[in-house]
Amino acid sequence: MSAPNTFARAAGAGEDRAGQERTLRLNVEQASYAYSSGEQSIPTFTLGATSFQAHEREIVAILGPNASGKSTLLRLVTGTIAPLSGRVQLDGEETSRLDVRARAQRIAVVHQESPIVYPALAGDFVLQGRYPYGKALRFATREDIEIARNALAQVGAEHLSKRMIGELSGGEKQRVILARALAQKPRLILLDEPTLHLDIGAQVELLERLRQLAQENRYTVLMVTHELALAAEFADQVVLLQSGRCLRVGTPAAVYQRDLLEQVFEAPLDVEIGPAGRPRVNLRARRGEEIT
Amino acid sequence: MRPLTVRRLLWTCGGLALLLLASVVLALKLGAVPVSVTDLVLDLGRIAIGRADQLPSEYRLIVFDLRLPRILLGILVGAALSVAGASFQALLRNPLADPYVLGVSSGAALGSILALIIAPRFALITPLGALIGAIATIAGVYFLSRRDGQLDSTTLLLAGIICASFFSAIILFLMTTLAGRDLRGMAFWLMGDLSTPVTPAIQWIFTVGLVVGIGAIYSTSADLNLMLTGEREAIHLGVDVTRVKLVVYVCASLLTALAVSASGAIGYVGLLVPHVVRLIFGSDYRLLIPASALCGAIAIVLADTLARTIVSPTELPVGAMTAMAGAPVFIYLLRRGLR
Repeated sequence: MSAPNTFARAAGAGEDRAGQERTLRLNVEQASYAYSSGEQSIPTFTLGATSFQAHEREIVAILGPNASGKSTLLRLVTGTIAPLSGRVQLDGEETSRLDVRARAQRIAVVHQESPIVYPALAGDFVLQGRYPYGKALRFATREDIEIARNALAQVGAEHLSKRMIGELSGGEKQRVILARALAQKPRLILLDEPTLHLDIGAQVELLERLRQLAQENRYTVLMVTHELALAAEFADQVVLLQSGRCLRVGTPAAVYQRDLLEQVFEAPLDVEIGPAGRPRVNLRARRGEEIT
Repeated sequence: MRPLTVRRLLWTCGGLALLLLASVVLALKLGAVPVSVTDLVLDLGRIAIGRADQLPSEYRLIVFDLRLPRILLGILVGAALSVAGASFQALLRNPLADPYVLGVSSGAALGSILALIIAPRFALITPLGALIGAIATIAGVYFLSRRDGQLDSTTLLLAGIICASFFSAIILFLMTTLAGRDLRGMAFWLMGDLSTPVTPAIQWIFTVGLVVGIGAIYSTSADLNLMLTGEREAIHLGVDVTRVKLVVYVCASLLTALAVSASGAIGYVGLLVPHVVRLIFGSDYRLLIPASALCGAIAIVLADTLARTIVSPTELPVGAMTAMAGAPVFIYLLRRGLR
């Protein structure tokens, strides 16, 4: 495992493209995990030692096919599970040792769309993001309402605040959920397959917004996805996983190598480097015909 | 954005409390023996200043020794069932959940039947047996649905439903094989009925249990709001989900157990009242819990008054009333809510 990780550190961290001061936020160091059905039984899934670092204002994509360990890595970062070896630190604190409340003040998680059982106003939904800061019954203070309103404005969804969540379109709902995450005033935003139910226009809009928010508010954004093209376009760093092993960490240009991607995703692919230095991935038909 | 404020909470609950008072007066007035409202208010005033001995004895017997205790029991039962229903709907994230979905009422019924068979002569045996049966069921379902020290909502629901149908089967078996014995009261009790008087001691235990149970559930109401959007989401927003689930499961089940031991399984109230309250006041649990308690009390007091008077002098079990009135109300609300 150590060889690709040494490579990763050389390629990923330390560079300073925008000329900004970059503070280290997230430090994942040789973290591993194993699931098993009982204490004595053989693990059903293991995530081998994984290392990467993320700075403020950075977007990191965790990339890999199904059952590659993306969600496990995400859970390690959120601290809901503690690594078996190694460590996961956010601003120097082990995430799994923080209590739930402290964790929610630092890390916001945007899940894949979850079913809303009872109707709620979008505005009230965003206010839920203030929960980790409230007292016992969490009656909203003026400050909370102001923060929630700003969060909605930041995702361009002020006009949705009086609408019911259930009535919103997929893209609108995703924006409201993101606004709730922003209302948590986090340092790290984690997104689990954020583009899954979105059409391509909404996907691009979401990622452009994330890039802008990360720049303005110094968030670190960590995103689990299997959208190769989007990760290539928007991520500053890519962590490539396969069957519970961390294969590569680095800039998209460094990680997107045709042989590697073809082997990981088991599909015939073409990779070319675009004018901005970002790789482009095309699906190649078996007969050599390109279908993009 | 219109977040809940303390002011709105107090105004709403105050208004509902007045409605409850009005329905209590109505329930005291109506019945086989008519009583005028003026007399009632005057007499309530006399009782309040400690001069109850001035009341005419026959009248006092009917209104304050027969009707009032029954109304008070109805208030306790209605509040307990509605809060339990609202809590289970959040805990199981299922709008169809009611207080009986996890088998507490079947356990209580089985307990009381077994108690009647074992010691038929002991006066308090039915509520005691019911309480023991209910608590045994709560514990059983809890251990069946624990996984890695966590309560899993889906397993909880399945374990509860299985226990409920298993106990119902045993009850049917017992009632068929023991047909010769005097179990007539049993059928009435399975339907839900407030006419069996409870002793003041039980009334006190019930009141304390109700206040503690509702209080504990209310302390988690902000957490329940978040758990409605999903358990993972709640964890990432800083909710201690394991603790909240345990508190809500134990308290809501105990509230149900108390209600069922005192009055049998009164249907529909625990399912319906939280939905009605949600439609009128929104689904914020900080308001939903107290408003459900008050509306549940109002619903039972009115339903029991109807049950006492609709075919007077014969009395119907209140459970029959709530089921008959409940289904149409539910359908109406469902259609209205869909629009």
